[in-house]
Amino acid sequence: MPQYPNRQFLDFEQPIKTLYEEIDKLKQTAEKSKIDMSETIGKMEGAIIEKRKEITSHLTPWQRVQLSRHPDRPYTLKYIEKTFSGFLELHGDRNVKDDKAMVGGFAQLDGETVMVIGQQKGSNTKMRQMRNFGMANPEGYRKALRLMRLAEKFNKPIITLIDTPGAFPGLEAEERGQGEAIARNIYEMIRLKVPVICVIIGEGASGGALGIGVGDRVCMLENSWYTVISPENCSTILWRSWEKKETAAEQLRLTAIDMKGFGLVDEIIPEPIGGAHWDYNDAAVYLKKYLINVLPELKSIDPNTRINQRIEKFGKMGFWQES
Amino acid sequence: MKKEFEEDLEANLTGEEEVQHEDAARRSWFKRKKKGILTSTADKKETPEGLWNKCPNCNLISTTSDLKENLFVCPKCSYHHRIGSDEYYEIVFDNNEYTELFGNILSKDFLNFTDLKNYQKRLDDIHAKTDLKDSMRVAVGKVNGEGIVIACMDFEFIGGSLGSVMGEKFSRAVDHCIEHRLPFLVISKSGGARMMESAFSLMQLAKTSGKLSQLSDAQLPYISLLTDPTFGGISASFGMLGDLNIAEPGALIGFAGPRVIKETIKKDLPEGFQRSEFLLEHGFLDFIIDRKLLKDKLSQLIILFKN
Repeated sequence: MPQYPNRQFLDFEQPIKTLYEEIDKLKQTAEKSKIDMSETIGKMEGAIIEKRKEITSHLTPWQRVQLSRHPDRPYTLKYIEKTFSGFLELHGDRNVKDDKAMVGGFAQLDGETVMVIGQQKGSNTKMRQMRNFGMANPEGYRKALRLMRLAEKFNKPIITLIDTPGAFPGLEAEERGQGEAIARNIYEMIRLKVPVICVIIGEGASGGALGIGVGDRVCMLENSWYTVISPENCSTILWRSWEKKETAAEQLRLTAIDMKGFGLVDEIIPEPIGGAHWDYNDAAVYLKKYLINVLPELKSIDPNTRINQRIEKFGKMGFWQES
Repeated sequence: MKKEFEEDLEANLTGEEEVQHEDAARRSWFKRKKKGILTSTADKKETPEGLWNKCPNCNLISTTSDLKENLFVCPKCSYHHRIGSDEYYEIVFDNNEYTELFGNILSKDFLNFTDLKNYQKRLDDIHAKTDLKDSMRVAVGKVNGEGIVIACMDFEFIGGSLGSVMGEKFSRAVDHCIEHRLPFLVISKSGGARMMESAFSLMQLAKTSGKLSQLSDAQLPYISLLTDPTFGGISASFGMLGDLNIAEPGALIGFAGPRVIKETIKKDLPEGFQRSEFLLEHGFLDFIIDRKLLKDKLSQLIILFKN
C-alpha cells in the first residue's frame, strides 16, 4: 500500500493532501529547531482521519465512481493475498489462451478450500495494459467457468470478486463470441451446485460484471458501483455527450446504498475510513468477516434448494405494473 | 449481402428515432452523405396503400403492398427489412390466429429516470403513438398445426430494449411453455438493455437465464431467432442460449456495438463484421434462415424435437 508522498489524491481528496503537506512542514521545522512537535503532529494525523471520514460522509454518486477507480485502490489479487491463504493460481480456458484480465484459483478461507475468481486490473501503465484494464475477453469468462465447474466437481464454494469497466469491446472478442461467453456463464452460474458469493470490489459494469456475478449472495463494497452501463457510456448514448457523466451516475442509482435499497444486492461491506485505498489490511478484514459469516449458512442448504432459491432471487427482480 | 448504409444503433435506444432520422435525412438531402432511406421499416408499416418503399441495401423502389406480399424481403437483393411482432406473427402463425399473453404487463418509471426526457414521458409518448405496450409481445398459436409460444420483440419500442417488462413476460412465457408442454421461440431485435431501468434491466439477464434453465429441465426446445439488429444484453443472455441459435440473413448481431469497437481498436471494421454470415462462420449460429422459409422450417424443427 503506497504511503505519503507516494499516495495519489483525487480532486476531492486534496484537503487530505494539504494536511499531509502541513505535517511535512512541521516535521521539517521540528528537525531544524529541535523542538518536539510530536503532539501537534499527532493531532494533525488525527485530523487526517477526521478529514477522510468527513469527505466520504457526503460523496456524490460520481465521486463514488471515482473512488472505485482510485489508482491506489486494492485489486482482486490484493484481496486474495490479504483475505485468503495458500492461493494457487490456475490459468487458461483450455481453448484459446490465458486471459490476464481474469484471475482465479483455489485458496484457503479460514482453513477451508474455496475457489476465488475475479477481474484483475494493473497498478501501473505496463501492468494495466497486460491486464487489459480489467476488461476480459471471452476466454476470460470461459476460464472463469472452467474454474467454477472444477470447484463444483470437488464441492468447493465459489467466491467471485468483481472489478471491471466492462467486457472488452474488441474485434477478436466478437469473433470468439463475447455475448455467448457471458450468456453461458450467467446460465451456468445460476445452476451451480455449490454456494456462490459475489462481491463487487470496485467497478461493476454491465454484462462484464454479471458474467461472474450470479450467486446466492451478491454484495458490494461501500465505495463500489454496479449498474447496466458505465456513466460515461450512458451519458454518450442518452445525453449525446461525454460531459453528463455526473448526471448519468446520479440517474443510474449505481451506489451500494441504492442497490441495497432496491434489493438488487444483499449486503454492503464497509471499507476503511476514506476508502479501501487507505488500508488494504482492514479492507480485507471486513471482506473476510462477511465471507466467513455467510458461508456456513449457505453451505447448510441442500444444493437443489439453493439453486431454486438462486433462480427465485433473480426472478423477483424488476418493476412493472399490471393493468 | 452487402450493406452500404450505416446507422446509429444507439440512437434507437434513446427512443428518439424520429427526431434523429429527420435530422439525418435533412443533412443527407444537402450533403448526400448517407445513402438509402433512413426511416426505420417499423415506421413504414402504417403508411397508406400505394406508397413507395426503397430498399436500404439496393435502392430498389417497390410499393409497400408488394413488399408485404414478399414478407418484407427485397425482391431484388433479398434484404430483410425490419418488421415488428405483428408481421412476424402473421408470417408464422397459421391463418394469423394466435392468442396474445401477458399484454397487461406495463413498464413503470420506478427510478424517475430523466435523461433528455423523463422515462415515464417517453413511455407515455410511445403509448400514444403506437399500439405497442412494450418492446416484447408473447403469443401462443400454431405453426403448420404445431403448437408453439413465440416471444417477439418490437424494435420500434425504445429500440427493442430489454427492461423489467420483457424479463417478466419472458419468464411467464417460459412458465406457460412448461405448463402446456410447448416449445419456445424468441425472435430478438434489440439494441440491448434499457438504460432507463438501470441495474434492474441488467438483472433481467440473470432472471431470463434462470427461467431457461427450468425450461431446459422440462426438456422443452428453445429456439432463438436473431434478427437485425441484436446487441448487448440480449446476445449476452437468452439470445445466445438457444438449443438452436438461428438468424435471418445479413442481420447485425453482437455484444458491443460497431461504433464502440471501432473507437476501442481505432481501426475500420472488416466488411461483413458481426453479420449473421460472420457469426455462422465463427460457430455461433446453427444456420441462417430466409424469412420466406421460416414457417416451414419452424414446424419441421418442432416435429423433429417431438418425434
